[in-house]
Amino acid sequence: MARERAGPLEYSRKVWVRAWLVATFVFLYAPIVILIAFSFNDSRRNIVWRGFTLEYYDKAWQNASLIEAFANSIVIALLATAISTVIGALLALALWRFRFPGKPAVEGAMALPIVIPEICMGVALLAFFVRTGWPTALPWPLNLGPIVIGHVAFCFPFVAIVVRARMAGFDRALEEASKDLGAGEWQTFRRITLPYMKPGLIAGALLAMTLSLDDFIITFFTSGPETLTFPVKVYSMVRFGATPEVNAASTALIVVTIVLTVIAMRLQRPTQTAEAGA
Amino acid sequence: MSAPAIVQIEGVTKRFAGVVAVDDVSLEIRPNEFFALLGPSGCGKTTLLRILAGFERASAGRVLIDDEDMARVPPNRRPVNMVFQSYAVFPHMSVAENVAYGLRVTGAPRPEIGPRVKDALAMVRLSGLEERAPDQLSGGQRQRVALARALIKRPKVLLLDEPLSALDRKLREEMQLELVRLQQEVGITFVIVTHDQEEALSMADRIGVMDQGRLLQVAAPQELYETPSCRMVADFIGKMNLFAGRVIDARADVLRIESELGELRFERAGLGAQESGSAEIGVAVRPEKIRLSYAPPSDGLIGVQGRVAQLAYLGDASLVYVDTSAGRRITCRLPNQHRGAGMPAAVGEICWVAWEPADCLLLTE
Repeated sequence: MARERAGPLEYSRKVWVRAWLVATFVFLYAPIVILIAFSFNDSRRNIVWRGFTLEYYDKAWQNASLIEAFANSIVIALLATAISTVIGALLALALWRFRFPGKPAVEGAMALPIVIPEICMGVALLAFFVRTGWPTALPWPLNLGPIVIGHVAFCFPFVAIVVRARMAGFDRALEEASKDLGAGEWQTFRRITLPYMKPGLIAGALLAMTLSLDDFIITFFTSGPETLTFPVKVYSMVRFGATPEVNAASTALIVVTIVLTVIAMRLQRPTQTAEAGA
Repeated sequence: MSAPAIVQIEGVTKRFAGVVAVDDVSLEIRPNEFFALLGPSGCGKTTLLRILAGFERASAGRVLIDDEDMARVPPNRRPVNMVFQSYAVFPHMSVAENVAYGLRVTGAPRPEIGPRVKDALAMVRLSGLEERAPDQLSGGQRQRVALARALIKRPKVLLLDEPLSALDRKLREEMQLELVRLQQEVGITFVIVTHDQEEALSMADRIGVMDQGRLLQVAAPQELYETPSCRMVADFIGKMNLFAGRVIDARADVLRIESELGELRFERAGLGAQESGSAEIGVAVRPEKIRLSYAPPSDGLIGVQGRVAQLAYLGDASLVYVDTSAGRRITCRLPNQHRGAGMPAAVGEICWVAWEPADCLLLTE
């Protein structure tokens, strides 16, 4: 019996489509898999596989300046994410809800930090902090201030865009219904608007977090001589040869990111909690 | 005087950037009344409803609800509740949470909320669906949630914005009966906005017809249908044959009109007081009041000869379109009373259409 021809949507039955799919995944994930695998490699040069070891995890853990850079990165990312989520969400709300003169200009200006080449923004921020005489020799964590400010400056437009897209599908009658039923402005925002925004907020925050966590250029320009972040530290380590220690530290960062993402995805499912209460 | 009005609208005008949406409307709505605002889309009826709810501020005039001026009262403090056209059921809350919302946000005592939610859901026949999420409900059920959510607040007036327009025909008829039953059960004033005249006629105690921001006529359904005050209302409610005419002789007992149908003669007694010199006048007659015959009609009837131009079979009735020699088309609606009777006429036949002068309306506006 002749096999039925595959329909346009039965892509898994077409061999070349499947091959393409596999190639895409290999292209995307092979480098990461290799990075993780070689973090367990028992070889200083880390070019050929010499056997399994956890030694370099221990080494990375003992490397005080690497840990410090890691902690700096996490603190910066958390602060920058929190601040840019709030600013971005407020901007998105303002653009969604109000009509005001110069609105197109504001929308354009909002996207500017996304389009401006990062190197320009780095130089601009450096010039700004030098020009304003921003104090440099501050104790931790105040010395992270300029980096956080720099990160917020390029992260919040991403949050604003994501949240704005989410709000585009919001039925304004929901807010009116809430007020009609006796809720004030604030109650309406907290009980109706905010829950609707939540997936957008989480997606925006995640985006901001990953952008901040692995940013190199802007951080490089805004960090003082004493403040290292993880990407900058890894860069300096790689210049003296890539040991499995770098791989180990990178793997740890990947794990942290995945855990955060999973938590965020969990938070994004509101209907399940409603059903659990039944 | 009759019972005081629950809603008084006094000279309300609303302009949006120069466009007049509501034009000097004055209206009184009585307690426990089922009131319909009827009009074509864009006539300002929804804007008027939103002014009552407090979502729009009137440019001029004032609104009193239960004798209280609403000018400075925000929507959340008005003794009215609204059922939105889109229902606006909160998507992230269960049915019970939706219904309880209005009590929760105003800080009603907790032990009171549960039983009241139960009662409200029983009233709209949704018992058992408390824990459903809105996206698991049908359109009709979602509307019932919106109704229960509004009624649980025990408003003085319930506002309904095109509540049935999103439902299919069968469900719509069911909900019409349901809304009337609910209104009688709870004894709350209902103000419904609709563009569907059948809906308004079948449900409302009184109807206000609006067009281009103005309120044209306020009357009970039967009065509105049988004695519309102007051409617009006559044309909008039901079907109407309208002919242009001119008064040529206005005596104490007889009115003679020169019209597209020829010269017509009316006894004053059957017409009410319509004083007009040689003014333009509209002669109107409803299709179902017209009879069809193949012989000249008897004296005293208004009759016109014509040719059957087209037929339309509706099931319970048939429409016969007759072209007069003057080129006017007259629609008559003939009931199909017996099985196997066939069509009442055939295209091309020469016939007479006739009606009682008393079934005629003379419209000056």
